[in-house]
Amino acid sequence: MNLLLLLCIPLITSLAILPVRSRAMVRWISLFGSVAQLAAAVFLFFAYNQERDTGNTAVVLFEDHFKFISNPEINFHFGVDGIAVAMILLTSFVLVAGVLVSWKIEKMTREFYFLLLLLALGAFGFFISLDLFVLFFFLEISVIPKYLLIGIWGSGKKEYAANKLALMLMGGSALILVGILLLYFNAGHTFDVLQLSHTNINGQLQKTVFPLLFIGFGVFTALFPFHTWVPDGHSSAPTAGSMFLAGISMKLGGYGCLRIATFLLPEGAREYANIIIILSAIAILYGAFATMMQKDLKYINAYSSVSHVGFSLLGIGMLTQTAFTGALLQMVSHGVMTALFFAVIGIIYDRTHTRQVNEMGGLMKLLPFTMTAFFIVGLCSLGLPGLSGFVAEMTVFVGSWENADAFHRIATIAACVSIVVTAVYILRAIGKVAMGPLFVNNITKGMESNSMKDATWNEKLALIILIGGILAIGIMPEWLNKLLKPSAEMIMNRFTGN
Amino acid sequence: MNNLSYIALIPLLPLAGFVLLGLLGKKYFGKAAGIIGTLFLFISAALAFYTAYQYFSSGFNGVYQPVIAFKYTWLQFSENLSIDMGLYLDSISMMMIVVVTLISLMVHIYSLGYMKREERFSTYYAYLGLFTFSMLGLVLSSNIFQIYMFWELVGVSSYLLIGFYYDKPSAVAACKKAFIVTRFADLGFLIGILVLSYVSGSLDFNTMIQTLTQPESSTLKTAVASSFLGVSAVTWGGLLIFMGGAGKSAMFPLHIWLPDAMEGPTPVSALIHAATMVVAGVYLVARLFPIFAITTPVVLEVIGWVGAISAVIAAIIACTQTDIKRVLAYSTMSQIGFMMFALGVSKYGGEAGLGFTASMFHLFTHAMFKALLFLGAGAVIHYVHSNEMKDMGGLRKSMPITHITFLIACLAIAGFPFLSGFFSKEEILLAAYQHNAAIYWIALFTSGLTAFYMFRLYFSIFWNREHLAHSEIQTYKKSEGPFVMMLPLIILAIGAAAAGYIPFGKYVSTDGRPLESHFDLSFSILPVVLGIAGIVSAWIMYKKQNPLPDKLSSSFGALYKASYHKFYIDEIYLFITKKVIFNLIGRPAAWFDKNVVDGMVNLTGNATQWLSGRIKKFQSGKLQSYTLLYLMAAVVMAAIIIYVWK
Repeated sequence: MNLLLLLCIPLITSLAILPVRSRAMVRWISLFGSVAQLAAAVFLFFAYNQERDTGNTAVVLFEDHFKFISNPEINFHFGVDGIAVAMILLTSFVLVAGVLVSWKIEKMTREFYFLLLLLALGAFGFFISLDLFVLFFFLEISVIPKYLLIGIWGSGKKEYAANKLALMLMGGSALILVGILLLYFNAGHTFDVLQLSHTNINGQLQKTVFPLLFIGFGVFTALFPFHTWVPDGHSSAPTAGSMFLAGISMKLGGYGCLRIATFLLPEGAREYANIIIILSAIAILYGAFATMMQKDLKYINAYSSVSHVGFSLLGIGMLTQTAFTGALLQMVSHGVMTALFFAVIGIIYDRTHTRQVNEMGGLMKLLPFTMTAFFIVGLCSLGLPGLSGFVAEMTVFVGSWENADAFHRIATIAACVSIVVTAVYILRAIGKVAMGPLFVNNITKGMESNSMKDATWNEKLALIILIGGILAIGIMPEWLNKLLKPSAEMIMNRFTGN
Repeated sequence: MNNLSYIALIPLLPLAGFVLLGLLGKKYFGKAAGIIGTLFLFISAALAFYTAYQYFSSGFNGVYQPVIAFKYTWLQFSENLSIDMGLYLDSISMMMIVVVTLISLMVHIYSLGYMKREERFSTYYAYLGLFTFSMLGLVLSSNIFQIYMFWELVGVSSYLLIGFYYDKPSAVAACKKAFIVTRFADLGFLIGILVLSYVSGSLDFNTMIQTLTQPESSTLKTAVASSFLGVSAVTWGGLLIFMGGAGKSAMFPLHIWLPDAMEGPTPVSALIHAATMVVAGVYLVARLFPIFAITTPVVLEVIGWVGAISAVIAAIIACTQTDIKRVLAYSTMSQIGFMMFALGVSKYGGEAGLGFTASMFHLFTHAMFKALLFLGAGAVIHYVHSNEMKDMGGLRKSMPITHITFLIACLAIAGFPFLSGFFSKEEILLAAYQHNAAIYWIALFTSGLTAFYMFRLYFSIFWNREHLAHSEIQTYKKSEGPFVMMLPLIILAIGAAAAGYIPFGKYVSTDGRPLESHFDLSFSILPVVLGIAGIVSAWIMYKKQNPLPDKLSSSFGALYKASYHKFYIDEIYLFITKKVIFNLIGRPAAWFDKNVVDGMVNLTGNATQWLSGRIKKFQSGKLQSYTLLYLMAAVVMAAIIIYVWK
């Protein structure tokens, strides 16, 4: 399979909608392009598995080289391992769903879809790149659209949020860039990830570069205490923007932390592992407790994202193969789940014009379909077996428990405590919004409550796609586990020295 | 028994019912949803009975070996640790599938009448299917993580069913409370699993029990040696797992959710909160019994005492409640306390394992008579449209079938001779008498109280306040309920009367070898006399309206008040959650994030802006200042370069 296809489809689609004037055409072309991308991603998944089944044990598959600049040597070097395949699948799922929920956007529709596709393009490029410079380039491509999406189509204090998000992410990028350059000049004058992994990078350099890369990527994935762009960014972004931020953008960071920083710099990772564990354990609990006090649905999901992403980082800090797998499972699971959550919130907001949980109640009666999705995503968030969250969290816990000393044990138990706190805030939100006597604050004034319609076909489709993803991981986790595990093992080998 | 994979159908059929009714029920099936759900369950129950019959009739030399009928690796964590979906057949799981499918079938049939006016009729049957699936999966689990998964699933089905009347704020609060309290207990369960799987190197029940019960095995030695706060790892693991069991089984002090759970539809209370889900904790302890009994006797001691304390506290509270469902809820808690301490006083193997057999026996008989009591109470509530005793009275004439079956159940639970509860309770008392005298006396006192409060309930509903029987609400109706509601009552009444004659020890024992139960009638004299005394005092106080109960309650004063307020345990919890967790942890965390962490970010932003404002001034357009700046910068950079590179 040629990986360039994954870049071409979003690129061509985004260019194709530029000259189109009709809104409907723009929507349909975008939908067509994103479905094609999803098909390509699914095809990639099967092609990858088939290749592995035939006994191909290369680190990455479907490699491609193109010379770009010879001095300094920057190449387009593409290739995917199991982690990248999983991330690409996730991204294309979220892309399709994001395109579907934005169907009703009337303001500058063309530009909106263009930016969505550009953001996705950046993510796809990021996941298939094996050259640090190119990877960085794609990372930046995905930042700019976020700024515009929030600044133009956002709500609330959108300028503040857009600035904050862009500046914090740029700050993270700056750290990454410094890290990459330090590696280039001190470790063999190459940006190539695979070559770097064969180079013997000395310990001192590793310890210097690792925090730069890890914090840099960490900002993207809401590493405590660099997470504050998350609540403001999400709450101001349009629905699809939030879905992409949490479902895709945060995963770029997680992927970078594990697949780049930890993979390339094992000694650095070992040095700082305990700090990562402390920060992520704090994020898990503190995020969960902070969520308990939120009243705005988007803030609830944003803080709960901080808490959930903490599991990924915790898994990375634990430095065991099972924990790595768990961290990756959590990235995928959280991506689908949180996209679904934001989609549901978007639908609710569209109907009620409020996101405050105490300004509505009993919506189960009016919006049964949406509320069922809300129940499912809530239960997924609190780790119900049969849904994706459970699989990921349990793998992280089991992997963490493999470290037998008291420090790791305490951190793991602290993380486990969050399953109770999560239940508290999720059930509060569900109890307030979906259950109880029916009432909506704004509606009693102007509109008739029976004028509220349940999800439209496009919204329903988006919800069904994402729920399908949650169930596919939750009911039959082994396919994803099998995809991720060998790659986690490969990263682990860097620590054990195999 | 050759091909056993058909057993998977037993849990999967209710699941199919759930999926079918959940997705299409409302649109396409309407009122037929009930019939469809019941049909699925009927087949499942038939298969369960067949399987159990096959299992118990083909014991090898009278010894029942566990059989794993089916195994599928669901999630591989690492080389040794994996979650396997398996079907584990042994005497207790066989007994449980019979109980679960039987009671569930009864409830399905009963609900055809009880719930028929509900708008969300098909949703109700979908949830019942989900619950039955989860419960069957739980009892058939072969892997400790598998049991945890189904454990959570029964929790969520219970949540959905308690909150079935979701527009009632009290129901919403109750379902939330039930889920969160049991979740808290499950936190212990989860950590317990992690501990035990780490020390035993497996998540599989068989392997786990094997490694942890052989005293000479090296893994066990290291596990016992490694200790935390002076307690060995295995003991911690056992204690934490029991915490999960105590939460689900509403043991003191994690029982607070059960009385509130009565907000759910009454048939649901019968199924989930009386006969099946709440005994999951007992089942869990029984499932891991060899570990508790052989390796961690300390934990077993704890289990015994928690059970005994729960039994007596719940019985005292039950004497003062006025909502009939709450009385039954506390009585459930008390009876589960009996099962728990029976396990607690038991040992592993042979005659000393009497407590184990007795506990399972009581679980079995209790399921019959308690489900019957709840369904009977449901019929009463259906008839008078109230849960309160004060609205009931003299119903024995207008509800003859309910009256007779309810009386049988009350006699059974009171331990009246030759009904089912008598046999199982005598066995429990005997086991306690042999191994722990203090618990025996507590149990004896409690069983006297049980007879009293059950007959307080019985007389208040069916006798007392005869004038109410002629009042308006109760006379305009003729029938006490449709046939579908009466049939389960009759079937369960037969069970409640006759289940005691099953030679239980022959089938269920700690080591699979048949246990001779020798009954000593002289031993039974004391409990039976106490039980009859309880019934007689209830008869004196509640058969006819008289001032005696009021007098008695005022003479007990403080104790009565404390019991009426359920010993203020709810208030203590409320204080901890509202005051401590929300105000001392949640609020500061949110504040800290908004002001300190985010404040730092904003500060950085503002500082940059301030700086750029200053820098802006440098770009004044004046050539002199540019030159000056350039020179200064050049000097500084030169200095740095020289310093760094020397």
